Amino acid sequence: MPAESAIHARGLSRVYKAKPQPVTALGGVDLDVEPGEFFGLLGPNGAGKTTLIKILTTLLLPTSGTAKVAGFDVVTETAKIRRVINMVSGGEQSGYGLLTTREQLWMFSQFYGLPTREGWRRVDELIEITGLTEQRDQKVRTLSTGQRQKLNFARGMLNDPWVLFLDEPTLGLDVGAARDLREHTLAWRAAAPGRTVLLTTHYMVEAEQLCDRIAIVDRGMVLALGTPEELRRRVQAESIFRIELDRLPDDGLATLAALPGVLSAVPADLDGSDGAGADRVALKVALADDSALTSVVTAVAERGAHLVGLAKSEPSLEDVFVELVGRGFGDQGSDS
Amino acid sequence: MSGYRATPATNAREAAEWSTRRVFANNLRAIVGRAYPRIIGLTREPSWIFFEILLPFLAVSAFVFVYRALEAPEEYIGFVVLGGAVTAFWLNVVWMMAAQFYWEKDQGNLELYFTAPMHLMSILAGMAIGGLVMTSSRALAVIGIGSLLFGVTYDVREPFLLAAVFLLTMIPLYGLGMLFASLFLLWGREAFHLAQLLQEPIYFLGGVNFPLRALGAVSGFVAAVLPLAVGLDAMRQLAFSGAETNGLLPVGTEMLILGAMAVVFLVGARYALAYLEHLARREGRLTLRWQ
Repeated sequence: MPAESAIHARGLSRVYKAKPQPVTALGGVDLDVEPGEFFGLLGPNGAGKTTLIKILTTLLLPTSGTAKVAGFDVVTETAKIRRVINMVSGGEQSGYGLLTTREQLWMFSQFYGLPTREGWRRVDELIEITGLTEQRDQKVRTLSTGQRQKLNFARGMLNDPWVLFLDEPTLGLDVGAARDLREHTLAWRAAAPGRTVLLTTHYMVEAEQLCDRIAIVDRGMVLALGTPEELRRRVQAESIFRIELDRLPDDGLATLAALPGVLSAVPADLDGSDGAGADRVALKVALADDSALTSVVTAVAERGAHLVGLAKSEPSLEDVFVELVGRGFGDQGSDS
Repeated sequence: MSGYRATPATNAREAAEWSTRRVFANNLRAIVGRAYPRIIGLTREPSWIFFEILLPFLAVSAFVFVYRALEAPEEYIGFVVLGGAVTAFWLNVVWMMAAQFYWEKDQGNLELYFTAPMHLMSILAGMAIGGLVMTSSRALAVIGIGSLLFGVTYDVREPFLLAAVFLLTMIPLYGLGMLFASLFLLWGREAFHLAQLLQEPIYFLGGVNFPLRALGAVSGFVAAVLPLAVGLDAMRQLAFSGAETNGLLPVGTEMLILGAMAVVFLVGARYALAYLEHLARREGRLTLRWQ
């Protein structure tokens, strides 16, 4: 029997009542996230990412379709889902400012039923892990934005959730704080095999760094789904390498272009010129697959040129998004 | 990094299966957890001494001087002081129970409460117990200061019965607050106005500063719907000599009314909460702070 999906959605839609006309936030999403997977939802504001998370965390009912989390239905088995999930949102201001960091976490631990002593022990562990030791007795209202988000992250870990929802978790954080949070997330996942993470973000780097698979969503629809590598291949089937040589091969580029597996070999820009610099040249070589690279390098050497630099040129996820949607991330309305 | 791990379950399905005992314990802990910030707040915000004891005490003092000027019976001074103490509970119910879910929504707490495994009634119960403990200290301060300053004499012949009436008053009073918590959230931005609406008129109808009986025909209606009024009337009868004659109904009858109110308000709160949650999930608002 195949393992049950951590998250399963079929034909999931959500329509909000609005004037002058209803707004379709989700338009029939199909999704399967496997246990232990770090899954990303990548899309601009208004794509429907938050709506999907609200449905999966039992905060919203779908208008149509079905969804299950850990095998439990989001409409009829909410109590069981709530025992195994947690959620951390970007810019979250939850809790009470007059409590200390330690007290706030303990309070939330009680909502998940941790026995008092175990609750305090867990709180202290998470404070240490998230680097809040110096702020442990500081009132929550005095924490910086980054510290506050670390606190939220620790809150999300309190019940050691089987499915963790991260909704734009690094929103508004500086580079260092965002990196810390990403590292904590990866460390938690490494320490807790079988745990599933659903991350929504519109930061490409974040999705690329953290996620095993990514769904690109826009206007309530999943436009593409796959590993970051698979998604990139959607917009670029061939492998493109940028090769820098100390000089052109003796017989120019024709021989390279004729090699098996080589689709094209053309001069590339080098320091603003058109491929020819004072002491080196740059080539852009398109290959049917990476295995043809060896014959290219060998052919270059046989023709008296020396390899100075080699880099694989790959499209970014943003390229993938633009290719799929026909526009960039920045020109959307607010998320529903 | 092993500290990230906490649960011994081997898969999510297993982790989601909770025994009845565990569900019960979870809800008890949630009550304690939610009561905690209110109780600890006593030591964190000393400004309450000025705003919630000294300022309200000025209103109590004004009535005391009026009664003294009119040469009213001496127990009326005690009535006002006791009324001033009970007022603290009503303020707590209106501002920190009824309007609380509305504030919690703005802070983003409400959606975390919804996604946590405890029942929302436990959150309300925690708010109520925390508020009761917090306000009791304020009420005791009002009674202590008022009694000392104005020389109030008490004649408590049945202290346990008085304590029972006090507790029996608090259950429907906070039950009403729990019921209002859901209703206020449904009414959204009107919550602030509703809270204000429930303040001054209730001071009047609750007989906070005079015997409830003085309201005449209206007092019967008030006794049927306002736990503050009935409870205060019963407590006055048990705390002051000669107050029985000013009482609206016998203490036993008032206790029965309070008991009935407790059932009605708590059951009402339970249903209002279920309706609220259903509406929140269906309409996609109420829990989402930006909507």
